[in-house]
Amino acid sequence: MFGLKSKSLFSQSKELERQIDEFVNTVSEVGLIFKKAIRDYLSNGSGNNFDKMVEQVSSMESKADKIKKEVETALYEDTLIPDARSDVLRLLEHLDEIIGLIQGNCYRFSIQKPAFPKDFHNDLINLTDVVIDSAESLCISVRSFFRDIKTVRDNAHKVTFYEKESDKQTSDLQRKIFKSDLTLDQKMHLRYFVEKIDQIADQAEDIADELQIYSIKRSI
Amino acid sequence: MDLLTIIFLTGGLFLGWSLGANDAANVFGTAVGTRMVRFKTAAIVCSLFVILGAIISGSGTTETLSKLGSINALPGAFAACVAAGLSVYIMTKFGLPVSTTQAIVGAIVGWNLYTGSSTNIKVLITILSTWILCPIIAGLIAMFFYTVTKKLLNNSKLHILRVDAYTRTALLLAGAFGAYSLGANNIANVMGVFVPIAPFSDINLINLFTFSSKEQLFLLGGLAIAVGVFTYSKKVMYTVGNDLLKMSPVAAFIVVISHSIVLFLFASQGISSFLQSLNLPSIPLVPVSSSQAVIGAVIGIGLLKGGKEVQWSIAGRISLGWVVLPVIAAFVAIIILFILENIFGAGIKI
Repeated sequence: MFGLKSKSLFSQSKELERQIDEFVNTVSEVGLIFKKAIRDYLSNGSGNNFDKMVEQVSSMESKADKIKKEVETALYEDTLIPDARSDVLRLLEHLDEIIGLIQGNCYRFSIQKPAFPKDFHNDLINLTDVVIDSAESLCISVRSFFRDIKTVRDNAHKVTFYEKESDKQTSDLQRKIFKSDLTLDQKMHLRYFVEKIDQIADQAEDIADELQIYSIKRSI
Repeated sequence: MDLLTIIFLTGGLFLGWSLGANDAANVFGTAVGTRMVRFKTAAIVCSLFVILGAIISGSGTTETLSKLGSINALPGAFAACVAAGLSVYIMTKFGLPVSTTQAIVGAIVGWNLYTGSSTNIKVLITILSTWILCPIIAGLIAMFFYTVTKKLLNNSKLHILRVDAYTRTALLLAGAFGAYSLGANNIANVMGVFVPIAPFSDINLINLFTFSSKEQLFLLGGLAIAVGVFTYSKKVMYTVGNDLLKMSPVAAFIVVISHSIVLFLFASQGISSFLQSLNLPSIPLVPVSSSQAVIGAVIGIGLLKGGKEVQWSIAGRISLGWVVLPVIAAFVAIIILFILENIFGAGIKI
């Protein structure tokens, strides 16, 4: 009635809420799979199991893309949340980039097969864990942004903490790599992988910063 | 009804049109400006409820206005309405949100001055005091709603999309209430001066329902307001919604509901007699300005946020407009009455 579509307005909201939740879940799950994949790669090399996980990440990336497009279309076509729409879309876009970074890392391991000596395994696992912790904290911040604006700052603070930790571990691991007896080309190759993993935490921190601005804008 | 009567009534319809274009825009301005409600939806709801408010509850404020000065000839009523309408048009040209309320009061006083009729000072003071009270009450109500809504939203942990859906529905309901209150409170501005000289006779529908001449006048005025809403209010709605203060949709709802409550308070005969029955001072049934109510509510929210976002220079300019408008309206009314009497030989007073 009166163009309000009152009945569908609430059901449409519920559907969009579900889609956004699913999108954030996907970001979180992709991170967890990456953690498992790195462990698997270091123990068993680029085998069948690792390739399966890479495929899983790839299909989740496509799923996230599809959800993002659907949410984007719904928000614009029905002029929903006009004041926060552009922020929400930018947020989804940047979260999608995190998935893209993780997917890129998976492909790089699968194609280039870097040879990490055993000495570096624990360091790489620790780095991956802290990087994925930052992405996980970001997912919690994002959920807060949608439902509990007061807690965004607390959760965003954790993202910053893990990003700093990741920077520290990246530097330590790089130092260790360059102190080792590996050849320069090997050192450069491993350093490249360490830096690419660290980029995920950097991206998470950038999004957390943006999120804090969005949450200030969202206050009534 | 002869042609001359119709011509004179057009003065009221012109004022109704300008009320629809300006004052009615205040009701849905923030809702349309924040893109929460489509203009078409706003226009339909606004028109419908303005007409209902005018017919069902429009009598109270009309009585007060007729006490201010009882214009007793159609040409006089015509002059008052055209003067008020022109004054509103002039002020709107200067970009000042004014109301027909102030204009019509100025025009009636102008008629009193020109015809040598006495102005009921007590009623005039009551009306003027409500113009100060109206923005203050609207501001206080807005502050109360803002605080409560903020607390509720913070504790409810509702999803941003659910808040959006609730806000849209609330805006539409508050807007409908606002339009009803505007019709009830402001129809007196448009048709009040014609009531004592209503050119209609009562219509009796199968002995069940009597459609009085006053109600017919109010329906006509309501329709004129509706035309104003559809033809000219879109631009004003966007101005009210975007230029006054950047507002969130929830704040927009608070502005609309505060404005609606104030207009309803000053139009409700029920509330007035209820307060009287409790031996409390009753609220005078006076046509108040919807612009004043909206600006009072916006400033109220601005003050709660620390006052930094309020453009005080603009607020001052708007307040100055509220003082200047009735004076201009009185002056224009005197000029029109002079022309009508001396050039067209119309009887402006019986």
